[in-house]
This record gives sequence, structure tokens and C-alpha cells, in this order.
Amino acid sequence: MKFKLKVWRQKTATAPGKLVEYQAKDVSPNTSFLEMLDVVNEGLVAQGKEPIAFDSDCREGICGTCSLTINGEAHGPDHPGAACEVYMRRFKDGETIVVEPFRAKPFPLIKDLVVDRSALDRIVQAGGFIAARAGSAPEANSILVPKHEADRSMEAAACIGCGACAAACPNASAMLFTAAKVSHLAFLPQGQPERTTRVLKMVTAMDAEGFGNCTNTYECEAVCPASISASLIAKLNREYAIASLKRRAGE
Amino acid sequence: MIGTLDSRIPSGPLAQKWATHKDHARLVSPNNRRKFQVIVVGSGLAGGAAAATLGELGYNVKCFCYQDSPRRAHSIAAQGGINAAKNYQNDGDSVFRLFYDTIKGGDFRSREANVYRLAEVSNLIIDHCVEQGVPFAREYGGLLANRSFGGAQVSRTFYARGQTGQQLLLGAYQALCRQIAAGTVAMFPQTEMLDLVLVDGHAKGIITRSLVTGKIAAHAADAVVLATGGYGNVFYLSTNARGCNVTATYRAYKKGALFANPCFTQIHPTCIPVSGQNQSKLTLMSESLRNDGRVWVPKKAGDKRSPKQIPEEERDYYLERKYPSFGNLAPRDISSRAAKEVCDEGRGVGESGRGVYLDFADAINRVGEQTIRERYGNLFHIYEKITGENAYERPMRIYPAVHYTMGGLWVDYNLMSNIPGLHVIGEANFSDHGANRLGASALMQGLADGYFVLPYTLPVYLAGQIGKRPPTDHQEFCKAEDEVRARTTKLLSINGSRSVDSFHRELGFLLWDKCGMARNTRGLREALTWIPEMREQFWRDVRVPGIGKEFNQSLERAGRVADFLEFAELMCIDALTRDESCGGHFREEHQTPDGEALRDDEHFADVFAWEYQGNGSIAAPKLHREPLVFETVELTQRSYK
Ligand SMILES: Cc1cc2nc3c(=O)[nH]c(=O)nc-3n(C[C@H](O)[C@H](O)[C@H](O)COP(=O)(O)OP(=O)(O)OC[C@H]3O[C@@H](n4cnc5c(N)ncnc54)[C@H](O)[C@@H]3O)c2cc1C
Ligand code: SF4
Ligand code: FES
Repeated sequence: MKFKLKVWRQKTATAPGKLVEYQAKDVSPNTSFLEMLDVVNEGLVAQGKEPIAFDSDCREGICGTCSLTINGEAHGPDHPGAACEVYMRRFKDGETIVVEPFRAKPFPLIKDLVVDRSALDRIVQAGGFIAARAGSAPEANSILVPKHEADRSMEAAACIGCGACAAACPNASAMLFTAAKVSHLAFLPQGQPERTTRVLKMVTAMDAEGFGNCTNTYECEAVCPASISASLIAKLNREYAIASLKRRAGE
Repeated sequence: MIGTLDSRIPSGPLAQKWATHKDHARLVSPNNRRKFQVIVVGSGLAGGAAAATLGELGYNVKCFCYQDSPRRAHSIAAQGGINAAKNYQNDGDSVFRLFYDTIKGGDFRSREANVYRLAEVSNLIIDHCVEQGVPFAREYGGLLANRSFGGAQVSRTFYARGQTGQQLLLGAYQALCRQIAAGTVAMFPQTEMLDLVLVDGHAKGIITRSLVTGKIAAHAADAVVLATGGYGNVFYLSTNARGCNVTATYRAYKKGALFANPCFTQIHPTCIPVSGQNQSKLTLMSESLRNDGRVWVPKKAGDKRSPKQIPEEERDYYLERKYPSFGNLAPRDISSRAAKEVCDEGRGVGESGRGVYLDFADAINRVGEQTIRERYGNLFHIYEKITGENAYERPMRIYPAVHYTMGGLWVDYNLMSNIPGLHVIGEANFSDHGANRLGASALMQGLADGYFVLPYTLPVYLAGQIGKRPPTDHQEFCKAEDEVRARTTKLLSINGSRSVDSFHRELGFLLWDKCGMARNTRGLREALTWIPEMREQFWRDVRVPGIGKEFNQSLERAGRVADFLEFAELMCIDALTRDESCGGHFREEHQTPDGEALRDDEHFADVFAWEYQGNGSIAAPKLHREPLVFETVELTQRSYK
């Protein structure tokens, strides 16, 4: 197969950027999208040019490092899945493919297709945890967790922290990401003691990072590689409302 | 320079060693802890857990990783599960049995005392992770669920769907985030350690390069902990992430830390086979699949019919046939070699002929597709993404791939290397898995080291070190920084004709061929003549575009590949010197009549720990041997028949 690529090139955060055209030839349909970019990069290096900078690590959809917008879609056409799980058999031979970084104000660009997503880490640092000191836990089976609750918690915990939800959202909202973490912990008995403060602190941090509000466009759910359900955003709103009431009541 | 290797194993009966050690180990009092700066390189299960726990205790910690967030360390990719001796299934498990299975699985090439301690603390890990909010799989009654893994006849593996590593790492990451917020841990993502700094023979700091700005910086500390994971990427194709490397441990080796058993690598039997030339990594299909999947190939060589058309009596379920008591759950090294063998006989499946079937048809008939989906849904999903095939309908094709490295920096019972102050935890050390690691035991080891061992053993060193932290303008820091700068400049100035990746690929294929699933004297000797040539060519002809003071992925990789090109030689030297077969180290010259690994306990029941000899002499490291003393277990020929 062969493709025409239009790739966003931008040397630094402040330099101007533009789409640059490249050809990808003799591509096997069983090549992954990132491997196709590897081959293009090998070609660029051979010509003495700078390769396209893009992020990846696990290349199997679990680490959340890859972050490409392919033909306008965060993570490309093969949902649910991360950009590294997209294979060239998904494209038509001869197709033009536009590759851009994840764009959201709280994700400043570093170079080409690489952005800084540390804002997501700071939301977790604000309270996305259970204060469990090593060595202080009770015996694991002493607190029973109904399978149904454990399953719901696991579904929320599956978030890979990629930030596609915010990149896809017209308001650059990180509600799906935050909702996933709040829900993961709120579904478990161990998460109860800090339930109120956690959601208040995380939402405050999210706003402080400059992520926008949710206006129910569901773009986040559509691109989420971990199939996090947008219904968790409603849960986040409920958790937040109850927590605010409790706080006001002085609890 | 280095005297006898003292493993500092406490005396007394095996089951009491750890308790006695803790009772008498030196402590650092709470108000002194904040006077210490500890560097933890790595934020995976081992490093993340250690940094968080040391922070909780009140030490000042600096934690480094090369990814853009600590949550992305490669531990995230572990699928199948984590072992613990809880005996929740009432099926006869115990601390002793977990210890015994692990030491036998490692083909009797690990230390009794370390492995016993690992089994002992395994239960604490499960308690702690549940408390952190790790959503382990549960039974309907709300109790924790278990599954079976290779090399064991009990069900002791805890899991969170097919994402156990992800969930355990997020637990550690969240604990780490809590400490970052509390100010005890300073996190340095996208910051690569490029050298270790020794002052008066003690590890007192590191030199790093920011992968974002290219800035080279010095960090001083009272102790350094390496938790930098495994070096499987030396083979180019492996189940490791693209960035996994040997740089941190290899740099420490060049500063005098001993590298133990570098040739002990694990080839995992169930990975998606290689397809095409541009493949950049291999994907594991968790061993847990072997609970329900049956491995087979056609009985006839060259049988190209589709799997459904091959009738039952023309299939060879070779693992069940050869190892009736463990069947599809035979340990990894054995299952991998068995797969290689049937493919060598021309009975492999798939286009390349390097593949075997892993078939779920029986399991789906027995428990229904829904149950299989619940157990392994995400794995079937990954499989379909990569191959375009639906494994509910058609058996998976799998083949062995490089997965884990048992070798690593040598450490004593306190997890300290021979360099005072340098501690090594997780996959980066050599300690607990001997010549073959059993499934679900790496997550256990990483977390054991980080949460429950290092926090007790680090003070043994630190207690005597108050006020000894050097300033970063100490001449040793300046010297190391200059060396790192010079190396970066050198890499950028060669401006040759070949890309970094082309060298990496060439090296990887050579190693897979000569130092992979099977090794022999001739092949290893060939590799030992080719690797130096490849290295020489690299330093003459590599092309690294861009500059040092910027985000430069070619430069990052060039540094890592340069280290692999030296380290590969050490692996081959080790493999050649260990003139026996054991676990994953299969020397073709040493096998039983039915093709199993033949150990030589009389000559090789010891750890090989290699010392760099300096002056750029890579080819002639000095060998130190630590005899393995077995007081409790009897060395037997492993049998899984
Ligand atoms: C696909 C896969 C599946 C697996 N499944 C299982 C399983 O089911 N059960 C099981 O028990 N084990 C499993 N394993 C093995 C297990 O996951 C690993 O051995 C373990 O997670 C390693 O943890 P670690 O903390 O030692 O290293 P890692 O998690 O690899 O972390 C290494 C850390 O070091 C950092 N680092 C590395 N080099 C540098 C440097 N030069 N400078 C700065 N930072 C650096 C990295 O950024 C990272 O933070 C699996 C492994 C793989 C690859
Ligand atoms: S919610 Fe989904 S899209 Fe958002 S960060 Fe998590 S995995 Fe990525
Ligand atoms: S590279 Fe890890 S999710 Fe894509």
C-alpha cells in the first residue's frame, strides 16, 4: 500500500508549525501506524533530515504514551484503541492521512507531535488516591467487595491516562479522565473515608489547569481507548454536588 | 579490588532469617530521616513503590523516569497476575510451597534466603494493594478470586482482568502522587540517568539528561536506588516497551557494580508471532491464557490446512503429551523450547511457520464464550487488533519471544550492590528468579522490594551516613558530567550513514540467533567476534540528527543502543562461560536424552558476577562467583512430567 501523509511539524513550543507532506510507500497492511511512521523516519534520517518526533512506549495500548490525532480523530479510526493499535489495513490504499498532535490548551506542545500532559498527573496528585500507608492494611479478605462493585470499579480504573478525551473535546474538558479516577475509588469500600475531599480537590485542580467544562458532546467517550463510559461524568457531577453540600453543611 | 562476595545472608533457620534480620537491623529515627536525600531511578512497581514508601517514612526522595509520567513505566503492561501464598483456595498452598516452586522454577540458581523472604512478604502485598484500591477480581461472595499460572499446582495468582500490572502500578503511582503532593518526593519525569557518581567509593549521586530540554544535570544523594527494569530490548524485538534499556545498570557496571548472570533471559512461550520486517515490538498474550487454552500443532509436517479442517486425531497437543501433570501450564522455558522444537520439525503454523496454536474451543464449549470474554476479553481484543483475527472463532497463533531478564546487578540480602550505597530493586537486580522466572512472580518481587524489603534494609546503610552527602560541585560530579557531555557530543558528531535503529535491529537479530532460546559454543564465539565489529561500525558510521540541547529522540536511542552494543558482549561471555544448561539458559551441548536442560550442579551451582576491568576493555571482565548454598531444598532434576 502507499499513502500521502500530512504531518504537523513544529520545532519548539513557540516556533510556528505547519503540515508537511511525506510519502509512505510499500507499506504492508499488517504494519502498525507507528511502524509506518518509523519507516518514514528511517527515510528522513537517510536523507539527513530530522525525523518526525512522536511519542510511544508500550505499543500495545496500555501505557497511554502515544498521542496522535489521525485524520482529525484522537487515536485514529480504530476505536476503542490507542494510536499504537491502529494498523494500516484500516486505511484505503493511496489515501491521504493527516497526522497532528493532541490539541488542548492544558497540553502545551513540546515538538512536532509530542505534547506535555503533566496536567493530568497534577489532577491525581491533588487527591486521586487512597491514603494507605505500607504496612498498615488489614487482611485482604477481611473486607468483602461484591463482584459487581469490584467490576464497576475495574471498568473505571482501566483509564490509561492518555488525555484523548480532553484532546477530542471541543472545550478541552478532562471530565472523563477525572470521572474515571473518582469513580474507581468511590465504588470501593476502601475509598470511602476520603470520598468527599477527593472529588472536591480533583475538580478544583482540573479547573486550575485550564480544562474546560463538559457540554455533553460525548466526543470523549467516542475516542477513549479504554471504553470509559460517559455516564461516569454524571456520577462525577453527583459526587461533586453531594460533596459540596456536605462541605457547606460543615461535615 | 573486590574481595569475597558477601551476600550477608543472616544465619539461623530459613523461616526465621528475615524476622531476625529485621529485629536487629539498624534504624534511622523519624527526625533524622528528613536529613537524608535518596535517589530512586525508576517509577515502575519497584521504584514507584519504593519512592512512595520511603516518602511515607519521611525521607526526602527524588524519583526519575524516562516516560512523561511515572504511571507509564513498563510494569503497566503486565497482564496475568501476581502470586501470593494466601492459600485462599484451600488447595495446599503455603509460604514454603511458594518458595519451593519459585526456587525450583528458577532451576536452583537463586538464593534460598532471598526467595523465602519473597514468599513470606507476598501476603502483605495483597493486603496493601487491596487497601490502596486495586480492583482485584472477586468471586460473587465478595472474596478475592485466584487463577493458576505456570509451574505451580495450586491457584495462587491474584489478578485484575488482563491488566494486573496496570492496576498494581496505578496503586503505586497513586501512593507516589500522594507523596509528591506532600512534598516528600520530587518527581523528575522525562529525565534519563546517564551516569552514576561515586565519591570515596560510595554511590552518592547521578548525572541526568532532560529529554525535553537536553539539559544535563547532577543530583547528589545519601544513597542511590536503581529500579530501572529489564534489558530485554537488547534483542530489539521483545515484549518490552520501546524505551526499556540497560543504560542505568550498565553505567553502574562501568563504575564498578557487578553484573550478575547477564545471560539469563526469559523467552515467553505465548506471544503474537513476528510478521513483516518493520515490526518494532512483540506483544505478549498472557500466560494465564494457558489456563483455558490448549496448545497444539498438526501431527504432520507441512500441514497447511486451516485449523478447523484438521481433525482431532491429527493434532498434537504436545505439552499435554510430554508433560502430563503440568500440561499446558509447564514452565516458560520448557514450553518455549517445546514450541521451537515442533516448529524446527516443520510443524509450525501461520505464514512464517514459526507459530503454534493456542485453542480455546474446548474452554468455550465448557464454560461459554461469555466467561472466556470476562476472563481474557482485553487480550482477545489486542490479538484481534494486531492480527485482524477473531480468537473466539479461530485458535490464536503464538510463538516465544524475549520477555524478561533474570540477570541484573548483583545485590546482597539488603538489596545493596557491591558499591556501598547503591541499591538495586525489581527486574534490574538479579536476585530472586534464578535461571527462569515463574509467571506472576515479577510483580510480586517488584512490590516486595519496594514496599516491604528496601524500607527495612536501606537504613542499614543510611544509619552510618549522616552528613556525608557531597555537594554537586564536588569534582567527581564535574568529571562525570563532563564525560556525559563528551559522549553526547561524540554521538552527534559522527554524522555517518546509518540510523540508530538499523544497528539495534542488526544486534537484536544476531543475539536472538546466537544467544536466544538455544545457545552453543560455536554460535556464541561467532557473536563475540561480530559484536565488536558492529560496535566499531556504530561509532564510525551512525547518524544522529539534531542537536543535544533539545528534544531529540534519535539521540536518546543512540545512547541506549551504544550501551546495548557493549552489554551484548557481556551476555555472550556469560553464556559461553556457563558451560551447563539451566532454566532459560539452554546450551545445546548439555541436554538430557529427551532434550531437557541438563544442569551441572557440581561446577555451576553459583552466581556469576562480572566486574568491569576499566580502560575500555569490554572483552575481558573479571568473574566473581558466589556459591549458592542450599540448606533446605534438595537439588533435583526439574520434572514437570
Ligand atoms: C508484556 C509484559 C507482561 C508481563 N506480565 C507479567 C505478569 O503477569 N506477572 C508478573 O509477575 N510479571 C509480568 N511481567 C514482568 C513484570 O511486569 C516486570 O518484570 C516488572 O513490572 C518490572 O518492574 P520494574 O519496576 O522493575 O521495572 P519497570 O516497570 O520496567 O520500570 C522501570 C522504570 O525505570 C525507568 N528507567 C529505565 N531506565 C532509566 C534511565 N536510564 N533513566 C531514568 N529512568 C529509567 C523507567 O522510566 C521506568 O520508570 C510482564 C512483563 C511484560 C513486558
Ligand atoms: S478517560 Fe479514556 S481518553 Fe481520557 S485519559 Fe482515560 S483512557 Fe484516555
Ligand atoms: S504506546 Fe502505549 S498506549 Fe500507545
